[in-house]
Amino acid sequence: MMKEERKKRTIRLAIWTWTWVATLAVATFGPKFIWENSTLLTTLAICINLINGVLMILANRSLFNHYDELERKIHLESMGLTLGATVIVGLSYSLLDQTNLITSDAEISYLIMFMSVTYLITLLINRKRYL
Amino acid sequence: MKNIVRNLRKQRELTQEQLGEIIGVSRQTINAIEKEKFDPSLPTAFKMSKLFEIPIEKFFFFE
Repeated sequence: MMKEERKKRTIRLAIWTWTWVATLAVATFGPKFIWENSTLLTTLAICINLINGVLMILANRSLFNHYDELERKIHLESMGLTLGATVIVGLSYSLLDQTNLITSDAEISYLIMFMSVTYLITLLINRKRYL
Repeated sequence: MKNIVRNLRKQRELTQEQLGEIIGVSRQTINAIEKEKFDPSLPTAFKMSKLFEIPIEKFFFFE
C-alpha cells in the first residue's frame, strides 16, 4: 500500500517535471521559432511555465511528505549541502565574471547544472552512509 | 546508540519489510536502525516498544 502510494506520487512528480521542462522550452524558443515575438503569446507561455513550476513544487512536497524519517534526513542533508555549495560557488562565479577573469558572461544555467550534479552526488554519498 | 532490534524482530519471525510496514517506515530504514547507522525518532521507537511489548530503554542503549 505504501509502495503504491509512493509510486503514484513519484509518477505525479515526474509528469509535472517533464511538463515544466516542456513549457520552459516552449517559453524559451517559442518567441523566436513559433510565434515570431508576439508579446501576448510570450507572456502567456511564461505564465503557464510559472504555474507549472508551482505545481511541480507541490508534487515534490507531496512526495517529500511521504518519505520516512531516514529518507527525509538523507534528502534534507543533501539539500543543505547543495544550497551551501551553490551559494559559495555561485558568488565566486559571479565575481569571476565581474572582475573579467572569465571571458564569457556568467550564466544561471551553469549554476542550475552545478546544483543538480551537487544534489545527485550528495544524495548518493548520504545513501551510502546510511543505507 | 546500540540496539537489539534485529534480535527482537527475529524472535517474532518478522522480516525487515514486515516490521517496516507495521512501524510505518521503509525496509531500508529498519536495516539502517539494526546496523546502528541511524537512530530512530521517538515516535518510531515508541511504536517498536509497543510492538515488542518492552520499554524503549530495554532495547536501545546509549553508549
